[in-house]
Amino acid sequence: MRNAFAAAITELAVKDERIVLLSGDIGNRLFDKYRERCPTRFYNCGVAEANMTGMAAGLALSGLRPFTYTITPFATTRVIEQIRVDICYHDVPVVIVGTGSGLSYASLGPTHHSCEDVGILRCFPNLTILCPADAMEVGPAIEAAVSCPGPVYIRLGKKGEPVIHEKPPRFEVGRGLVIREGSDVCLLGMGTMTFTALEAAQLLDGLGISARVVSMQTVKPLDERLLHESFARHRVVAVVEEHSTIGGLGSAVAEWIARSGPQHGVLEAIGTPDAFISEAGSQQWMRERCGLTPQAVAERIVRRFQAAG
Amino acid sequence: MTKSADLAAIAARIRARVVEMSHAAETPHLGSSLSCVDMLVAAYWDGLRIDPEHPLAPDRDRFILSKGHAATALYATLAERGFFDASLLDTYDTDGGALPEHPGLQCVPGIEAATGSLGHGLPMALGMALAARIQGRPSRCLVLMSDGECEEGSVWEAAMFAPAHKLDAVTVMIDYNKWQATGRSDEIMALAPLAEKWRAFGWDACEVDGHDLDAIRSALGHEADGTGRPRAIVCHTVKGKGVSFMEDDNNWHYRIPTADEVRKARLELGQPEVRA
Repeated sequence: MRNAFAAAITELAVKDERIVLLSGDIGNRLFDKYRERCPTRFYNCGVAEANMTGMAAGLALSGLRPFTYTITPFATTRVIEQIRVDICYHDVPVVIVGTGSGLSYASLGPTHHSCEDVGILRCFPNLTILCPADAMEVGPAIEAAVSCPGPVYIRLGKKGEPVIHEKPPRFEVGRGLVIREGSDVCLLGMGTMTFTALEAAQLLDGLGISARVVSMQTVKPLDERLLHESFARHRVVAVVEEHSTIGGLGSAVAEWIARSGPQHGVLEAIGTPDAFISEAGSQQWMRERCGLTPQAVAERIVRRFQAAG
Repeated sequence: MTKSADLAAIAARIRARVVEMSHAAETPHLGSSLSCVDMLVAAYWDGLRIDPEHPLAPDRDRFILSKGHAATALYATLAERGFFDASLLDTYDTDGGALPEHPGLQCVPGIEAATGSLGHGLPMALGMALAARIQGRPSRCLVLMSDGECEEGSVWEAAMFAPAHKLDAVTVMIDYNKWQATGRSDEIMALAPLAEKWRAFGWDACEVDGHDLDAIRSALGHEADGTGRPRAIVCHTVKGKGVSFMEDDNNWHYRIPTADEVRKARLELGQPEVRA
């Protein structure tokens, strides 16, 4: 996904002279093409994310469209004060891009995991949160972000994620994208877990349970129309996210239910536990540990589906 | 160019207004506001290329009061400079009013950034300076910080970035009144030697008497030396400056003046007329 980001931001910056890319000393060579095409609109801001984030607000206050880019915890929770005050309170069109979200950097340990970012950022007024599901959704997500008048957070994976779409799909802020229809249960995938949701849906097919799968491209604002429809038509609506079940998309949907009243369908929130995963291990191993494999997701949905019947 | 004697009279009027506002709204930070009035006057009447008639002109210089708790001083300065009608100052910190205790972005014309949380002004100013460079505009960016604020790590992140990119369109003024909320700023943290710290970070740093209008004006008017170094003006000031019983007394970080104290302060400032 980060290569898709580098390609897309380069293409966009060539077309749109307001784009400025600020990087927090990562992406060695990743932005060579960007720097070659738009040398005056790239700054390596060093290992100084607070300054990078504040500068982005200053650039935006002067009419430019800055992007900040670094590893997710350093782009988000490290600089939560700058995001809240400089970007969200000023309501300026800065796009914050976190790469390596969730457990993408599993082996680097909890300092590099980000399973709380959405929960914290969702509280901030004015901020739009976008979670593209694969490399194909990244380019459209960036274009959608630049079309927003206020601040945006884009939550990316790392690299080599499975690709869902053959070509770049529709990406409209505030709307989910149905990528597979089904009638019994609905899986709402957040970001890179959408592919896992698709695989789980195939397993459910084999068990005679028909599953719809949605890429919840926008986590804030929620696609309430899609939620209404999904909970009305499906006995189980499962959220699948590489994020804590505290504060993430599952929480957002639960809050929506609390606001909207009882639904026909029940919510099954599947995410990471309320714990730091401090053992060494790969992303795959950690997903297994957290019950975020297609098999584990399918099993939880089957149990909930049968109980709800 | 306005004579310094005239500017001193303007500064006295602003100080009197600041004392009144603190009394009327019962808001703290009076000492912090009084200490930076001369710096504000030197900037708004001389250092900054700004036009109150066109507060959003693209080529204007940008000013950020990073020590947002001195908001009364900024509001009174902007009103005196003609950015908005001075009667608006009467609504300071009233329910639903436009003037909160810390300034909001464009809450009145002339407020370039929302401040209140310390250590945010300089990074935002660097962003504005980068924008001016990218857009080919002549705008310069001036940030007024407190000494206690220099304890924030984000200040030094920004301090390292600016010289690396030769952002000599940026100037910081530090209101070095030697106090922070609860004690001496040189004792709570190892702030001194402050000018040397900025110099070590690659800035063209100087020290002036922060109540000498000519000295501040001269420092602000200093042309960049071509090395690309941004400028740091460490202004030695007295907290509570201008009112004898407030000067260098840190109780006035939080104390609210009584009506009698307002009257005495106005007399000392040569503004005996009590406003209606």
